[in-house]
Amino acid sequence: MTGAKAALPVAGAALLLSVCVSVTIGVADLGAADVLRTFAAHAGLPVRGLPPLEDSIVWDLRTPRVLLAGIVGAGLAVCGAVLQALTRNPLADPYLLGISAGASTGAVAVLVLGLGAGAVALSAGAFAGGVAAFAAAVLLAGRRWTEPSRILLAGVATAQLFSALTSLVIVGQASPDTTRSVMFWLLGSLTAASWPAVALAASAGGVAVLACWAAAPALDAFAFGSDVAQTLGFSPARVRALLFAVTALLAAVLVAASGAIGFVGLIVPHAVRRLTGSRHRLLLPACALAGAVLLIWADTAARTVFAPQELPVGVVTALLGVPAFAMLLHRSGRAS
Amino acid sequence: MRVRAQDVDRRIGATTLLASVTLDAPPGSTVGLLGPNGSGKSTLLRVLAGLDRPDGGRVLLDETDRTALPRRAVARRVAVVTQHEPTEADMTVADVLLLGRIPHRPLLAPVGADDVHRVSAALDGAGLAGWERRRWASLSGGERQRVAIARALLQEPDVLLLDEPTNHLDIRHRFALLADLARAPVTVVAALHDLDLAGQYCDRIVLLAAGRVVAAGTPARVLTEESIAEVFGVGADVMPGPGGRVRILLRSLAV
Repeated sequence: MTGAKAALPVAGAALLLSVCVSVTIGVADLGAADVLRTFAAHAGLPVRGLPPLEDSIVWDLRTPRVLLAGIVGAGLAVCGAVLQALTRNPLADPYLLGISAGASTGAVAVLVLGLGAGAVALSAGAFAGGVAAFAAAVLLAGRRWTEPSRILLAGVATAQLFSALTSLVIVGQASPDTTRSVMFWLLGSLTAASWPAVALAASAGGVAVLACWAAAPALDAFAFGSDVAQTLGFSPARVRALLFAVTALLAAVLVAASGAIGFVGLIVPHAVRRLTGSRHRLLLPACALAGAVLLIWADTAARTVFAPQELPVGVVTALLGVPAFAMLLHRSGRAS
Repeated sequence: MRVRAQDVDRRIGATTLLASVTLDAPPGSTVGLLGPNGSGKSTLLRVLAGLDRPDGGRVLLDETDRTALPRRAVARRVAVVTQHEPTEADMTVADVLLLGRIPHRPLLAPVGADDVHRVSAALDGAGLAGWERRRWASLSGGERQRVAIARALLQEPDVLLLDEPTNHLDIRHRFALLADLARAPVTVVAALHDLDLAGQYCDRIVLLAAGRVVAAGTPARVLTEESIAEVFGVGADVMPGPGGRVRILLRSLAV
């Protein structure tokens, strides 16, 4: 019990350290002292900041990017944990309900058809696409859509439909250049990070994560079984409808910020559950912290390993995620 | 708390699972539901538990229709153990038992020392002292059954609805469980297969066949050699015991 309770402070400290160290890493050679000076100057403390170019690298490029990575990682991990409990399916991830496919379609439509301009239009398109996909999955699943088996199947079908639409738009309209940026989007990337993006993701993500955390006892009960949850006083239809909607909106916000970054939402909950146990009151915040740390370092690797060339961060999370998954499977195989 | 079913119908498509079933469990009584496979015992329990809606009739808790009561308020007074508790949940025994405290805790409140204390007391009571950290999925069927009943009791219910609670239990624990239930000041409605146990421990028996009540009353009234032969198709010797109870020795297939 004490080991599990120590998990949160330890992970919190790791997150703080990760943010600070990660901001110092990059092509431009800036040390911890430079970073701290920049933070202090922007906080209004009476210190002399860095020259404008360096200041901008730390404050406008790296800091929002590291923070966005943390927020997206946290959100994805919480989404995954909630959906795994709700559907009692260990393979559930944040994109279960067709969100990522829908978001890609939305983003690609904006890119290729030239609707609006810039990162804002792209994010808006992705969000709209994600929400449209969720709505389509709910419609497809019909009146009893909150039953896990129905929404799972509908989600798979919807994802296929929207992937097909994305391909159709790309093949029909795109130039090689836009195809490349579309691919980057599909694999996930935090290059579009900015302070407004951080603020938006943090506020929307914060509300959604708090809502899930408040529902922790319901998640405990549903992870055990829906009949038992019902006899403990929860309405399966209402609880599931609410939490499916919250996680779908959260996933749409995250995909709009960073594209579809795979594996974080699938693996982090499994790994964290081994450390904290399966009670969601502790599991969810631990997942948020672990997901944040993981994605911060995955993105740091993505932007530095082949610098100045950048890797899509989804490639890094997959390269890290598959061996981690294999290890978890192997371990759980031995345990039983 | 008194539990009643009034003229309950339950159908799936064209199949009738329950037809106009009526049941009355007075406060503190132990009522056994008996009947062959497919007679509607589990369906009736699910309707009583609010897991399935009746297509006709209603379920009353004391004098109130259960659908008119808030779910959480019901969960504080009625606990249920179904026949198919999940087996694969990745949880410890303590996590499973703590579920039973959910109805008594404000939704945002953390698990308190009192909850943890009650869980270990419940494990002691179930003869599973110190099993908090065992994995639920690693337990045997009988152990799981005992934990599930302990979880139901942690709800501090006035009513316990149990679907074949003695299933998987060894002989000693069958007797212990039914003796405990009969003694407890809780209204118990349990689907049972063991006629002899039911005859010894239940205050009332409801005998079901093909979704209908064939007979209801004290064990001595309901469990006769004729009714057993007719409903179950086996021959039996029924020996009267004290207070309307009976002992039953099954002999052979009825001819």
